[in-house]
Amino acid sequence: MENLIDIKGVTHAYKTKAGPFPVLRDLNIAIPQHSFCAVVGPSGCGKSTLTRLIAGLMFPDQGEVWLHGELVKSPRKTVGMAFQNPVLLEWRTILQNVILPLEIVAPSMPKAQKEARAKELLALVGLEGFENKRPSELSGGMRQRASLCRALVHKPDIIILDEPFGALDAFTREDLWQTMHQLRAKEPFTALLITHDLRESVYLGDQVVVLSGRPATTQYVMQVDVPGPRPLEMLYEPETVERLAVLRREIQIAQGRAVA
Amino acid sequence: MIDWKKILIPVSAIVILLLLWELLVWVMGWPDYKMASPSDLWPAFLRYQELFWLYGWQTLWRTVVGLGVAVVFGTLLGMIMGLSKVMNDALYPLLVGFNAIPKATVVPVIALMFVGQHDFNTILMAFMISFFPIAVSVAIGLSTLEPEYRDILRSLGASRMTVFWKIALPKTLPEFFGALKVAVTLAFIGTNLVEIITPHGRGLGHLFQSAQTNSDFPLMFAVLLALAALGIVLYYAVVALEYIFAGWAVRTAH
Ligand SMILES: Nc1ncnc2c1ncn2[C@@H]1O[C@H](COP(=O)(O)OP(=O)(O)O)[C@@H](O)[C@H]1O
Ligand SMILES: [Mg+2]
Repeated sequence: MENLIDIKGVTHAYKTKAGPFPVLRDLNIAIPQHSFCAVVGPSGCGKSTLTRLIAGLMFPDQGEVWLHGELVKSPRKTVGMAFQNPVLLEWRTILQNVILPLEIVAPSMPKAQKEARAKELLALVGLEGFENKRPSELSGGMRQRASLCRALVHKPDIIILDEPFGALDAFTREDLWQTMHQLRAKEPFTALLITHDLRESVYLGDQVVVLSGRPATTQYVMQVDVPGPRPLEMLYEPETVERLAVLRREIQIAQGRAVA
Repeated sequence: MIDWKKILIPVSAIVILLLLWELLVWVMGWPDYKMASPSDLWPAFLRYQELFWLYGWQTLWRTVVGLGVAVVFGTLLGMIMGLSKVMNDALYPLLVGFNAIPKATVVPVIALMFVGQHDFNTILMAFMISFFPIAVSVAIGLSTLEPEYRDILRSLGASRMTVFWKIALPKTLPEFFGALKVAVTLAFIGTNLVEIITPHGRGLGHLFQSAQTNSDFPLMFAVLLALAALGIVLYYAVVALEYIFAGWAVRTAH
């Protein structure tokens, strides 16, 4: 299968007053089309930097980011993003918030068509009937659902999720994990998910990439060959428990609290 | 349903205040040339009614024009400062210094520079005194925009201008209107400052000045109340605009 995303030998340092601050070092990740890649790593190791490089908001000092067989040289319309903070616009209704990317990507699309597309997604994530509410009228979990719809509304090649469930309570989070599987079953997409929750990475990811401490490099890659949509019970199967144990150890190594 | 309590309480507070004032003047037995009482104000107003309307209008339109210029200039300045760190570092100290100059000292300078241009001078002062909070609020609003808000559009290849119109500007509106409420009061002060200080002026400030020259206490107080009324009208006009253009923020706050 063709890789939708190929990150090849990416090295990057921020330029600061105190000199270059290395964040990524010879990082390699390959994500096949329609597959879900979960990335875990110690806090501050460079995960958000990685998302910005893929989105074309920044460019690596060395190495290449390939998206759909093209070198990423600028932002592109085929990317969707969601963050820990849902960043919905309070002056817009939920429906108008979800439509926002279409206004940039497909300005000539008829309004009715934009709204139909947004409504379809909102219904998929269980937000039917909330189209005309303001973001502040929704719970944190619902806002994050709307934010996911906004990331998907223009059918991007890749959606980049930077800890989108990080601030949610455990029950809401599990609900949203299942929603992710339902969304993927309805309209397949390629995803890169940054998370600090190992259970989340195993439940959602087709592969889990463990990054080392800063400057981050690809330390370990685990394939999770379980077809979706996965039931929540998967989390309690012995295989998953084993996988979690392996990942936990890798994280400890990444944090420098254990040796390989 | 009209909430009568909401109207009744402030109205009774005003009535009680006026009654206490009347009572104080009556008990102390102050004559007209020492202290006016509320019952003197209405006759004073009726006597000079035409002047009140004429001068009131002059004060009003000069304030509004001065504020309008301040909004345009202040917003542009705020945009420049909010979007460029270098410009912010360069302009901020200048702005603070300019704002620190007591504006009463500037009035004679302007009067000398633009002799006889009374409308212009008044508008200039209303503008100079009121653009500062607008510029600062817009600059802060723009420079504190969380990067994620920019990234949701920038990651789609949207231009800086699009990000500005679709996100940064509307997101700054609540701060902008907060500043505009301060600015409208300041512009009003600026207008009156010029009207009172410069000779042969016009506007309510001038009416106040002539009343003072004639020791016409009831007229002076009537002008003060008229100014207060005008100030309230201006303030609530801004509140109404805020409700129209940034109603979403007002609603969220409650
Ligand atoms: N614009 C920047 N300039 C300098 N240093 C930065 C910048 N952005 C992030 N960093 C630093 O780079 C490191 C990696 O940041 P980030 O990619 O956000 O980490 P993560 O998302 O893994 O927590 C952090 O130590 C952070 O302080
Ligand atoms: Mg991060």
